[in-house]
Amino acid sequence: MRPSTWCRLILSSVLSLALAAAAPARAQAPATAPPFKIGVVTFLSGAAAGPFGVPARNAAEVVAEALNGGKVPAPYAQKGLGGRPIELVFVDEAGGPVVQVTEFRNLVQKQNVDAVIGYISSGDCLAIAPVAEELKKLTLFFDCGTPRIFEDGSYRYVFRTAPHATLDSVAAALYVTEVKPKLKKIAGINQNYAWGQDSWNDFEAAMKALRPDVKVTTSQMPKLFAGQYGAEISALMSGSPEVIHSSFWDGDLDAFVLQASPRGLFKKSTALFSAGETAMFKLAGQIPDGTIIGARGPNGVFAPDSELNRWFRAAYNDRYTLWPVYPSYRMAQALLGLKSAYEKVQAGGAAPDQERIVTALEGLTYESPAGTVKMAIGKGHQAVQEAAYGTAKHVGGKLTIVNVKRYPADKVLPPEGVKSADWIKSSLKPVK
Amino acid sequence: MATILAVLIDGIIYASWLFVIAAGLTMIYGVMRILNMAHGSLYALGAYAAASLAGTWLARGYPPLGSYAMLVLAAILVGLVVGPAIERGLLRFTYGRDEVVLVLVTYALFLILEDLVKLVWGVESYFVSEPYGLLGNVDIGPLSYPVYSGALVLVAAAAGLGLHLAIRRTRYGKLLTAVIHDREVSAALGIDVNRVFLVTFTLGTMLAAVGGALTAPTVSVVPGMGVEVIVLAFAVVVIGGLGSVGGAALGAIIVGLVRSASVHFLPEVELFSIYLVMALVLAFRPRGLFVAAEARKI
Amino acid sequence: MKLARRGLLFLAVALVGLLAGPLLPKWVLFLATVSLAKGLAVLGLLLLMRTGLVSFGQGLYFAIGGYAAGLAADALHWGDAVPMVLLGAVAAAAVAAVVGLLLARYRTIFFAMLSLAFSMIFYGLLVKSSALGSTDGFNVAPRTVGLVAAAGPRGQLAVFGLAALAVILGAFVLDRYLASHLGRLAPAVRDNELRVEYMGASARNVVHLNLVMAAALAGAGGAVTALAVGHIDPQMAYWTTSGEFVFVAILSGTASVAAPFLGSFLLELLRTLAYEYAPNTWQVVVGGAMLAVILFLPEGLWTLLRRRARPSG
Repeated sequence: MRPSTWCRLILSSVLSLALAAAAPARAQAPATAPPFKIGVVTFLSGAAAGPFGVPARNAAEVVAEALNGGKVPAPYAQKGLGGRPIELVFVDEAGGPVVQVTEFRNLVQKQNVDAVIGYISSGDCLAIAPVAEELKKLTLFFDCGTPRIFEDGSYRYVFRTAPHATLDSVAAALYVTEVKPKLKKIAGINQNYAWGQDSWNDFEAAMKALRPDVKVTTSQMPKLFAGQYGAEISALMSGSPEVIHSSFWDGDLDAFVLQASPRGLFKKSTALFSAGETAMFKLAGQIPDGTIIGARGPNGVFAPDSELNRWFRAAYNDRYTLWPVYPSYRMAQALLGLKSAYEKVQAGGAAPDQERIVTALEGLTYESPAGTVKMAIGKGHQAVQEAAYGTAKHVGGKLTIVNVKRYPADKVLPPEGVKSADWIKSSLKPVK
Repeated sequence: MATILAVLIDGIIYASWLFVIAAGLTMIYGVMRILNMAHGSLYALGAYAAASLAGTWLARGYPPLGSYAMLVLAAILVGLVVGPAIERGLLRFTYGRDEVVLVLVTYALFLILEDLVKLVWGVESYFVSEPYGLLGNVDIGPLSYPVYSGALVLVAAAAGLGLHLAIRRTRYGKLLTAVIHDREVSAALGIDVNRVFLVTFTLGTMLAAVGGALTAPTVSVVPGMGVEVIVLAFAVVVIGGLGSVGGAALGAIIVGLVRSASVHFLPEVELFSIYLVMALVLAFRPRGLFVAAEARKI
Repeated sequence: MKLARRGLLFLAVALVGLLAGPLLPKWVLFLATVSLAKGLAVLGLLLLMRTGLVSFGQGLYFAIGGYAAGLAADALHWGDAVPMVLLGAVAAAAVAAVVGLLLARYRTIFFAMLSLAFSMIFYGLLVKSSALGSTDGFNVAPRTVGLVAAAGPRGQLAVFGLAALAVILGAFVLDRYLASHLGRLAPAVRDNELRVEYMGASARNVVHLNLVMAAALAGAGGAVTALAVGHIDPQMAYWTTSGEFVFVAILSGTASVAAPFLGSFLLELLRTLAYEYAPNTWQVVVGGAMLAVILFLPEGLWTLLRRRARPSG
């Protein structure tokens, strides 16, 4: 290569970098009541958009709009965040951690958001946590499941306002042993990625601890989004287990139910869908009576009756003619947690700085449409909530949930400072 | 014994599903030298169209058996509308470019189609599950299979046989073979290569759409459903030998059986069984099972 | 004489690169670091393309580099980032040396597909390894980058400097290699292998060597990415990652050693702007831009610079 080409190249690179840098540097006009800008990151494309990302985005829109209009019932009747209007900036969570770290930096360093609420994928949460800490930006994870975030790390600016995934599997095992006291054989079908593997490992460990005599006939681990489960269904059927545990969600869950139901799998075995709530209404015709369904906490149909919950369901339904599902509840929960902390430290109308909001959020107890939330573990950064499971039953052609059992937070989540895997092995005792 | 039978049946059903998708892919590659990354999106389009059309049919209360005709009609419509639109509107401007560039063109197309599907149908899932259970079940030992799966096997076999006969026995098939062997000489001899390309791409699109349409009753049609089948179909086509319909059939059967065996006996390795097969086949048959080595140029 | 001038030139590039760092807005700095890292993988791909080969599996080496760096920090408790990048390059090169025994026999689309198969098998293995966090991956946090503490904004700057250094070193070695006797065989293999063999050289060895070099570059890129992002996950080995490298390689064209870095920066910039301004339709934007480049700039982005340069020079 000739040197002159190099020179041109260097010049052009520097120029393009400078151009790129100059473009977003437009000054922001100071307003009288500057809005509180929140970056909201959920899946807007790909398979996780339909069941999780979009219902969460919808909830963020509904709640933020109602808060700005002062239409949310007590204790959230004050407009916006302590009178400051909320402004949302949406970002697609697609693309994996490398892309998401880039986008997170953009939200903080380029768009100057005041806080970030987001992340459904555990991988994204793990990657974002240290970056949020480095940039000192208040970040609320609203949905991702892995317990590793606060068990392997310790952060000041990072919070998770929903319980972690240990709750789903432990509560599932407690429910199964309670409603099927004579259980002998179980099986599993879970997606072959971190969430599916963890769900099954926790469930199996919890079952082993609660009922050491129970046998596992098969544990199927199809690829994520495989879509075709013919062979898996045959393998499950030939072991004739009494309960089949599955943490499948959306497209894969639909496909599995649609393919297994006509083949009579659910006549022989009871299915347990730990994240089945997002799909239960659209699959109402296919889900047989007796199927055990979870909503990853007291969300959706499991949410306790309260004025706040009635308002949330009505407001969401008015706007989207659908009922809010658990990701919607969790998004609302994150926004209300931020609002509670903000207003707790707001003194005399002055906007509190981030440090004080963070301190207020640590160990906070507040109300959400899904009941009481306590930021009790992970040094006050990890929420705990009760768990709930129930059984599907068609009444007059409509799918309802009966035999709902609730488990207090300390029965389904480890206490402060104890790792989930160790806690499951050491604390769950065999039931007679 | 019962397990072996289940492995065979499950494997063949899966293979049929794979073959319908892979046949279009291998045909387009054979004739046009385009490894079509957007094939999965065409499959998804077929599924969406089928779910909408058959869903409307059933919702209106028309005879349920007619929904099968709607599935097929949806696939044909997608083929006739989308195939020519892509070939005339985009691909013809890229002929003669490097194979890798063509892969990227179809990758860009795949990205665009993903969003277009989302703009038309939204992110909610679509169902049309009735056709799957309508024909009843067959019990084999302790297991029960829907007749629909058997029908899928027949459709795949018919498609394979039809393509084979069309290529070997018809005039058009001979033109096709000529274009495959030498595009320039064929053009010089007066074959309308552009038309051959148009017809091939339309037919390939239609096959992908048929795959999607026939899958629709067994799944919920959701965004991103096309992504997973691309790499799967690639593996099948490469194992069989790019451009060979017979190879795609054999590749599909091998992949189907290996996958079903791993599900029944070794669920842990299911995740990469297909790529292991692909690597193994290529290690011994560098150009796939059905393609002879090319003469080296001097 | 020529060599000395080249050396000076590289030094100049290094200075400009390092000086540019502090001047950039922070989000651009991160984008630039990741672009440099990914550009390294693309640079390796360009070397393969010079040899007439396209790999749809460079993600394999990219991921191995990343995981080697991550494991060095996590399991071996290495504290400094610099040896991690070297380890990433060496580990990827070692894997390529083994895989290459088979791969070097393949050409055209079969080379592409077999590379893809290897990267997907590795992806599957990573997904199965719950000790490595399965699809969630794990965090990578070095204590120091050279003489600077890794935490905070200065650490970010240091990682950028490390990326720039790796790029300069990689580009320099590649430049020398391409000018050497062995390096000149690459285009010869692409044009006509048989003639290369008649001349007494081994085409397979040339391919094998280039494969190893490309892998080392991708491995270094993966390690730098892991350090910049602070996290690694199996997505690095997935086919979409490899596909992106191929796209950038085509986008940049084979005209210059520096093109891939500009190319990957432009792609990152385009994507991040599309995420911001069109969160629901960014795929149309990125796909449309890809098509536009392929259809209207057949020689890659470089065509633009060339066209503009010609009248003046």
